[in-house]
Amino acid sequence: MLTFALKRLGLAVLVALTVSAVSFSLLYLSGDPASAMAGESATSADIEALRRLYGFDRPFLVQYGDWLFNALQGDFGQSYYFKLPVSQLIADRLSITMLLGVCGISFALVTAIPLGVAAAVRPNSFIDRTALFISVMGQALPSFWFGLVLIVIFSIQLNWLPPSGSGSWRNFIMPTVVLGYYAMPAIMRLTRAGMLEVLNADYIRTARAKGAGEWRVMFKHALRNAVVPVVSLAAVQMGFMLGGSIVVESIFALHGAGYLAWESIGRNDLPTVQALILVFAGFYIVFTFLSDLANAWLDPRIRVG
Amino acid sequence: MSEEPILAVEGLTIDIPLAQGTLHAVRGIDFELNRGETLCIVGESGSGKSLTSLAVMGLLPKRLECAARKLAFRGTELQGQPASAMRQLRGNRMAMIFQEPMTSLNPAYTIGDQLAEALLLHRRVSKAEARARAVELLGKVGITAAESRLSQYPHQLSGGLRQRVMIAMALMCEPELVIADEPTTALDVTIQAQILRLLVDLQREMNMAMILVTHDLGVVARVADKVAVMYAGEVVEQGTAKEIFEHPSHPYTQGLLRCIPVPGRTKPGEHLGSIPGIVPSLIGKVEGCAFRTRCDLAESACAKPVPIHRTQGGHAWRCIHSDTERVPA
Repeated sequence: MLTFALKRLGLAVLVALTVSAVSFSLLYLSGDPASAMAGESATSADIEALRRLYGFDRPFLVQYGDWLFNALQGDFGQSYYFKLPVSQLIADRLSITMLLGVCGISFALVTAIPLGVAAAVRPNSFIDRTALFISVMGQALPSFWFGLVLIVIFSIQLNWLPPSGSGSWRNFIMPTVVLGYYAMPAIMRLTRAGMLEVLNADYIRTARAKGAGEWRVMFKHALRNAVVPVVSLAAVQMGFMLGGSIVVESIFALHGAGYLAWESIGRNDLPTVQALILVFAGFYIVFTFLSDLANAWLDPRIRVG
Repeated sequence: MSEEPILAVEGLTIDIPLAQGTLHAVRGIDFELNRGETLCIVGESGSGKSLTSLAVMGLLPKRLECAARKLAFRGTELQGQPASAMRQLRGNRMAMIFQEPMTSLNPAYTIGDQLAEALLLHRRVSKAEARARAVELLGKVGITAAESRLSQYPHQLSGGLRQRVMIAMALMCEPELVIADEPTTALDVTIQAQILRLLVDLQREMNMAMILVTHDLGVVARVADKVAVMYAGEVVEQGTAKEIFEHPSHPYTQGLLRCIPVPGRTKPGEHLGSIPGIVPSLIGKVEGCAFRTRCDLAESACAKPVPIHRTQGGHAWRCIHSDTERVPA
């Protein structure tokens, strides 16, 4: 188990390094960063001064090494737009995004897994069809539309929940539902498919032959085997939620990291974009690593790899 | 023999609803089993052997329709029992060993957890006591270093070892009835003999009743007290092992016995017997003797309902001929 974990960790570090190199080279994708910063009216002397000030005149690898070294210590440089340390900027926004992501994925898992199990226990029953309907809806409804509908109903008509902001926990209810409902169909369908397959397995019959009750058979013997691919999917979706909840964050005016990324791209604020890419990729890497560990715990056969 | 039989089955039928019609997989079978006895159910694939054993355990898939005049375990009718009552019997007083040791253990849990579970479900014992019992039984089924096996997972064990674990699991609660459904079919020939020996020794030691489902007549000859020969969902002949082997009375049983080589009697190079033809379809109404299309002694009367002949010793067969041995084959 330890060897497995170390191998996965080594792999994760390699992926992180690759991503850091890619995100650093973004700086040069849009041409000369110094002239881009200086603007159109700048003289060549101004550009040269900026180039020296920000160290763009040094060899690429030295710049990358320097940037990476600082980034590892949490220093991502200054935001061109806010003139604040990028790390501070991200830290302020990230707490909201993380809270939203955790709530969203929890909502998705808590609704999807029981529904998937129930659907698999009685395929083609009323509950299976209802679950299918719910998941097709979730897949088909665009988040921005669903979010707006919720605001119209619960904020404007019923006046139960605040439509925007991030002041209290009540602000997070609707964004959580919108974000979670987006992730829920895939998890639900995967749980159902996994359970359907596992419930036909010989060891399920063995469990029944031992005299185990239906709940025990479902949740102890079947679900543990069926949920392995679900964990991997949930990890990817969690990474996606943390990086890609831009739409939901803008609808509900939750100024999180996704919204910051969107703004910074528009403002050509490269240090911020670089740092955000690295942070988002870092989330993916961490969650993939954690899901690998979780799967190895769930299924001992994986531990050998 | 005044003691109540462990298991009494009368007129058991199992129907499988299919799109093309109803498949009458088991068509009215009777048998009885006393404490300490071994009943071998013999027959080819699809004859209904496995379904019969699953029906006794109450483990048939729900879409199958199962009915019997009597399906009694120690005098208690099992049909109509609530699911909770059946659960208390299963794994506790009646246990089952399956055909596929490679897939019958849960890959996600250790051997120790799965063995202990069988006891913890039915007895108020601590986890430590359950594990101690698991070690004891692993020793009994001939697994060395039992203590260290407890923390192993099924994928770390060979097929023979897994089947030993399955046997140990079935015996955790000292059941009165064990049903072994082709327990050695999936194993190497050398392992088959060991596992069978083990099963029979344990059965005698614990004085359990055992139903051994098999298609291997060599196995039957060695272990059976009683034999029931199944063909196309019916018991065509049953009796004590001695009678079945010495006076097989149904043409199908006779055919089966001709298929096995006998040392001393079968000459090298001689062809073994075989039964031509295939098992008839059991979809829709089945009338008369199902074996008649493959039988050398078939007559027009075979298409009508077939009488059962019984001797005083309990030997019974289902054929229009009262004494097929005299009829030249």
